[in-house]
Amino acid sequence: MRFALDETTQTLRAAVADVLRSEVTPAVIRAGWPGGDWAIVSGVWDKLADVGVIGTLLPEADGGLGLDENALVPVLEEIGYSGLPVPAVETIAVAGPYLTGRLMVAVETAPGEPVPFLGRAQRVVLISDGGLHVYETDTLEIEPGDSVDGSRWVGRVARQPEGGVLLSGDAAAAWQRGVLGTAAVLCGLARRMLDMTIGYVQRREQYGVPVGSFQAIKHTLADALVAVEFARPMVLAAGWAQSVGAADAALQTSAAKVLASDAARQVARTALQCHGAMGYTTEYDLHLFAKRAWALAPSWGSSAWHRARIGEIIA
Amino acid sequence: MDLRWSESEEAFRAEAREWLTAHVPDGLPSGDTRDGFAAHLEWERALFAARWAVVSWPERYGGRDASLWEWLIFEEEYYRAGAPQRVTQNGIFLLAPTLFEFGTPEQQERYLPRMAAAQDLWCQGWSEPGAGSDLAAVRSSAVRTEGGWLLSGQKTWTTRGAFCTHLFGLFRTDTTAPRHHGLTYFLVPLDAPGVTVRGFPRLDGDEGFAEVFLDGAFVPDADVLGGVNEGWRVAMATTGSERGLTLRSPGRFLASVDRLIGLYRERPDESMRNRVAQSWIEAQAYQMFTLQQVTSILDGEPPGAASSLNKLFWSELDVRLNESAHELLGTDAEFDGEWARAFLFSLAGPIYAGTNEVQRNVVAERLLGLPRK
Repeated sequence: MRFALDETTQTLRAAVADVLRSEVTPAVIRAGWPGGDWAIVSGVWDKLADVGVIGTLLPEADGGLGLDENALVPVLEEIGYSGLPVPAVETIAVAGPYLTGRLMVAVETAPGEPVPFLGRAQRVVLISDGGLHVYETDTLEIEPGDSVDGSRWVGRVARQPEGGVLLSGDAAAAWQRGVLGTAAVLCGLARRMLDMTIGYVQRREQYGVPVGSFQAIKHTLADALVAVEFARPMVLAAGWAQSVGAADAALQTSAAKVLASDAARQVARTALQCHGAMGYTTEYDLHLFAKRAWALAPSWGSSAWHRARIGEIIA
Repeated sequence: MDLRWSESEEAFRAEAREWLTAHVPDGLPSGDTRDGFAAHLEWERALFAARWAVVSWPERYGGRDASLWEWLIFEEEYYRAGAPQRVTQNGIFLLAPTLFEFGTPEQQERYLPRMAAAQDLWCQGWSEPGAGSDLAAVRSSAVRTEGGWLLSGQKTWTTRGAFCTHLFGLFRTDTTAPRHHGLTYFLVPLDAPGVTVRGFPRLDGDEGFAEVFLDGAFVPDADVLGGVNEGWRVAMATTGSERGLTLRSPGRFLASVDRLIGLYRERPDESMRNRVAQSWIEAQAYQMFTLQQVTSILDGEPPGAASSLNKLFWSELDVRLNESAHELLGTDAEFDGEWARAFLFSLAGPIYAGTNEVQRNVVAERLLGLPRK
């Protein structure tokens, strides 16, 4: 029994965090929004690719890192924390084991579902009962949409196309990795919003004292930390369960998504409230992370969906 | 990451399970009544005789030198088997870690074997009428006398105090020092002249609480634990164990949620299924958090203030779980019984061992770094 990242994973995590901490400023996230300079975002993506992150799950023989879900979780948590607007879960977790190179991949989880980053990714993977098929985005008829998180470039694939290249017949495993990866990103976002808020309530003074000295603020932030710190180990445990093909991996993964979605929602709400009107504007950076969390919480199965699924299995 | 138990740990689990399956008694009366307490003592002595009373202690005190992992496994099996509440817990889980850390060899030899064997029965003497969450406000005092100290004052909300033989507690030995610095940790026999104990009912009506009145009770120097005026530092070591792992291991909640699922199956109610699922999820999360925490502890990083996170999580989880049971029972919830008792007891969780409001302050100030004032 050992519940801790191994050395290789710690090193990878640190390398990813280094790139992200130095490269991803709020201005970089804003560059991902309509009217921004997308080349700035794809430049950071290239730097991540240089570290090898995109091929975390790709076998070494194909030029990847040959790691498993135990490494996937911390990598995606760091990307979530950074707020970099890229289809990391789709590219690294879902298509990652099968695709070489560094192209961004968008994923349609079921026919007709909204596809984030459809307006930015060069490839699209469609998941169906038949497995995962990959297409060049240019060959698809797409209906663009406006995302609440403007950096997500969500759209729909207009009709199910013919052809495509079969990547894998195992749609279920790909789905599980997508759920896991999304849970990890949500944990990262939650940590980020909590950190921002802790900084803010120490600086912001009202009634002559920092608002963070008030118990009402302390207690709501303590509860937010509890939510985050009990979601994170569950996500790591689900990653381990997937990595060894444990019989209860799907159950653990659903539990992870419930806790991560709920924690991210709770922290987003708490963060917004603790910032007062200061945070209720797109000029302040909090919305960049909160809107991402609100987009991801219902994605890959909402917490209600996963909770109901667990209920069907256990009760 | 490797979330598998080793072969020897699995063997330990199998041995514990086999013994517990064969020996766990059926439906003892509440351990918070005089008769029930006596019945629980028989169980504690049976545990001790089979060396299951204090598995993590050294063998010479009746333990098995069990690792922290094995202790978690034992707890899982203990609650899985539906074994009785541990009426000795305040001694073996709260005082003992402090005795191991701060006790003299003489104190350890004198107290630990008798504690393990459920011969000495310990209660905690911290709270006073004017010192609950604000523990450092204790006013009970100890005054120097030849060869020892004379203790005076009043302790209250002392769990099972009316049935215990000894009390460990904080007493003020220097009234001029800043309030955290003038306290001393004493080990007090409850049959000493000048000690009066009065039991009183908890929320469930059982005599699980006591007030302890001290009127010049003599305690020798040999029963000061960890140095005069060092009581606060010594006591804080115990609160760390109390809030975190040793008081409430994940096995307890894994077993509770299994029973909740059983209740759901007996009384299926679709509208309650998601709440049952949520309790299962939370019990899993507590398990995973604990596995991560124990790994850190074994790597040499004690949890410190993070034990407040444990306390907040398990206590709120326990209340929600028991509220769900209460709802599933519907109008039958009115009948006194195991679930009713568990429900009332769960409501104590956010209060004892430092209220959750105090824990949130600790989390905010010590983990998040928010200003104290």
